[in-house]
Amino acid sequence: MDEMHKPSRRAFLRGSAAAAAGSIAGAASAQTADPLITDVQDWASITGVGVDETPYGLPIEYESHVVRRNVEWLTASPISSINFTPIHALEGTITPQGCAFERHHSGAIEMKKDDYRLMINGLVDKPLVFTYADLERFPRENHVYFCECAANTGMEWAGAQLNGVQFTHGMIHNMEYTGVPLRALLNEAGLGAAGDLKDKWVYVEGADASSNGRSIPMEKALDDVLVAFKANGEALRMEHGYPVRLVVPGWEGNMWVKWIRRIEVSDAATESREETSKYTDVMEDGTARKWTWVMDAKSVITSPSPQMPIEHGKGPLVISGLAWSGHGQITRVDVSRDGGITWEPARLGKQGDTKALTRFYLDVDWDGAPMLLQARAMDETGYVQPTKEQLRDARGENSVYHNNCIQTWYVNAEGIAENVEVS
Amino acid sequence: MSKSPNILLPALGVTGIVLGGAYGTMTRSYKADEADIARAQAQAAEARLVSQEEANTDLKSQIALVQDTAKAKIAELEARPATVSLTAPAPMHDGAMGLGREALVEEIAAWDVDVLPDGRGLPAGTGNAFDGEELFADKCAACHGDFAEGVDNWPVLAGGFDTLADEDPVKTVGSYWPHLSTVYDYVYRSMPFGEAGTLTPDETYAIVAYILYSNDLIDDEFELTHVNLGAFEMPNKNGFIIDDRPKAEYAAWSAEPCMSNCKDEVTVTMRSVFLVNTPEDGGSESVMNNATVEGLPSFTSAGASFIPEAEAKVEETVEVAAAAVEEPADEGAALIKAGEKVFKKCKACHAVGDGAKNKSGPQLNALLGRTMGSVDGFKYSNVFKAAYDEGRIWDEASLTEFLAKPKSYMKGTKMSFSGLKKEGDQVAIIAYLNSFLGD
Ligand code: HEC
Ligand code: HEC
Repeated sequence: MDEMHKPSRRAFLRGSAAAAAGSIAGAASAQTADPLITDVQDWASITGVGVDETPYGLPIEYESHVVRRNVEWLTASPISSINFTPIHALEGTITPQGCAFERHHSGAIEMKKDDYRLMINGLVDKPLVFTYADLERFPRENHVYFCECAANTGMEWAGAQLNGVQFTHGMIHNMEYTGVPLRALLNEAGLGAAGDLKDKWVYVEGADASSNGRSIPMEKALDDVLVAFKANGEALRMEHGYPVRLVVPGWEGNMWVKWIRRIEVSDAATESREETSKYTDVMEDGTARKWTWVMDAKSVITSPSPQMPIEHGKGPLVISGLAWSGHGQITRVDVSRDGGITWEPARLGKQGDTKALTRFYLDVDWDGAPMLLQARAMDETGYVQPTKEQLRDARGENSVYHNNCIQTWYVNAEGIAENVEVS
Repeated sequence: MSKSPNILLPALGVTGIVLGGAYGTMTRSYKADEADIARAQAQAAEARLVSQEEANTDLKSQIALVQDTAKAKIAELEARPATVSLTAPAPMHDGAMGLGREALVEEIAAWDVDVLPDGRGLPAGTGNAFDGEELFADKCAACHGDFAEGVDNWPVLAGGFDTLADEDPVKTVGSYWPHLSTVYDYVYRSMPFGEAGTLTPDETYAIVAYILYSNDLIDDEFELTHVNLGAFEMPNKNGFIIDDRPKAEYAAWSAEPCMSNCKDEVTVTMRSVFLVNTPEDGGSESVMNNATVEGLPSFTSAGASFIPEAEAKVEETVEVAAAAVEEPADEGAALIKAGEKVFKKCKACHAVGDGAKNKSGPQLNALLGRTMGSVDGFKYSNVFKAAYDEGRIWDEASLTEFLAKPKSYMKGTKMSFSGLKKEGDQVAIIAYLNSFLGD
């Protein structure tokens, strides 16, 4: 590091004085002139970093806490584990790939594009093998979709567990995918051999050691499923399935097979381990629901939240959150500040795409009194996000997956928020 | 296929709106241009002392002309068949495009090994639990236990019968899995963890038979083969129903929601079980939350019943220094407490304290002064066996070095742990482990 990049002790002292001035602020007047304004700062005098210093940039060091994080004790090994998107600190709707949550069953693998092969076999007219370059020659589409792990918020079945929206709701990301519709690839192999397409299935599996496979009904396969090779404009990250992954809009993340290597048309569901032992939902009486693919409408306030306390005291406060539905578009989000007694319609930051995250806001004048913050989403089918109580009445407490309950944050007079459950 | 018209329509609907908007903008800028011309004309006209009314009429008629043209263009665009719209979905080719190449039979055979519930897809083979027991002990028991009972957090494969309706159901191959095909399919393709794809069909049949045997579902002479596997009935085969949310939930949860006076009073019934610290070097540390619901306000439509006194702010760090500040009276105790937190990183594999048993790693009681690799009944790697034979002893120095970088201090160790990076953590954990020297 050369001299000019080192913060001088003087600059440090000035900076802390400024911080002190800042903390009295919030008040509309200052007693002393702000040295950040009256003194010439280094950055306003010395030149900064030249181009190409970082050929591929990471966020500035001051944002280094905005990272995905795991909760070690949840799983036996980080190789078959999950971590969480820092949704508390993100805004808008697009999740940067570098902090989008990861879920691996046998670790993320490094595969070159040149080594990539995709096979289509089973009930097709001509079984085919595609290279990455072949995929690039099919007509492409671009869509923004959310990908949510079915286990997102799963801990909350047992009551308020982890204190942080990153940990209660962070198994989700939202990216713009570029890819080839799966129906185009099926069409290339020819579905004549499958006969009547009703009750036919497509089994998809990955190239990693877990060879995680799922069965997708033909109707969905021909609808909006994408074989994607880009996200947010750039190549997929290794941890998200580079070079090619499946995108199954609105459906649970486990079906979005990464490093997808094979697509088999079949007359029955494979009922693999991932669709029997896992990703099935045990009801109160011990029977289990299977094939619960769609992620129902859900929303959560990302700020204020336990990792995002209110630090500015009374006055104007932006309540910001995310809403999404696997059934289509979000049409409305309501916010309550008193634990569900009174609801106010939130403002949608921008109409989200179908099966994509929508940002919502409620701009309020906080009086400094405690709040019980909740959000409630509605989607284009008229479905209203349920309370924890409604979910438990319908399913018991053991289903692990598909918990789309209304989340409550208790915000105290100091602005500190905590994950709680309410009557 | 019947679905495809439905797929196209919504997308095109949106397209229509977008185009309409774009055209609106175009119309406006046309108007602006025309207005500029008209204004210039008006000035010229004024200069020539032509009456203001005349100029206005001229402007109006020009605007009308532009509007008519725009309307006609919009009508023309709307009348065009929707397929030429600018954001249509990727076109479907009529028949194949000739991309890719035909898959060879041996390529399909190599990859297409998944097994369907009725047993289709099974390779020829046979195995029994007697042979399976040894294979399982060798290849699976380190994680799943000798009797498939599961070690630590690793999956349990046996038992749990009649627990599915309990508070904490135990979902195992025996108690939960509906098809035996899935066990074969999963073990053959995905296990052993870290060495997937190395089992032969006969080994797999034997291991699957052993898992059935551990679940008391067969005796040890039962021959499991590709012929009888598909028809084998699992205890929970009728335990699953197809997603009934549309019927059971969607209708009931689609009413217009309440907006005001939805409840009389709301109280907090539970607070977060864990507070989660988010250290700068990543990951997270869960700490039990001792706060209770007592002393929290209740809520009515008038807001919170009262404003509680300021609560102590939760400490965000787990640094040794921070722990020391908590209990300045006894630095040693503080260090041990800090070490206890660091030990969370080891807990998945190691136990320490009264009655500590071996998990996937050896128990760590009385570690300092203990011979390396010396715990009875634990299967150490060769490098640990060698250390034992040499009589090497754990002391602070060797332990610090080992914990900082296990794999470089003990080349070939099977302890899958990357190491404790922070010196403070190393000091703290040794202090913590040292507190179990007494017994
Ligand atoms: C190094 C530890 C390890 C070894 C050795 C191992 N497994 Fe596993 N096993 C795992 C992990 C981890 C999972 C869960 C993987 C995941 O998350 O997808 C698992 C999952 C399973 C499951 C599914 C459990 C469920 O409830 O869904 C079965 C069955 C299984 N293993 C059988 C075996 C057999 C048979 C062997 C030996 C041939 C074996 N395993 C060896 C770690 C291991
Ligand atoms: C993923 C499992 C795992 C984790 C996590 C883990 N260990 Fe281990 N540990 C093992 C295994 C397995 C061995 C046996 C090593 C061998 O045989 O090569 C071992 C061996 C050891 C030994 C040597 C014991 C002896 O009898 O000689 C010590 C000491 C130890 N671990 C301490 C720790 C500490 C402290 C931590 C946490 C900071 C930790 N380990 C984390 C699995 C683990």
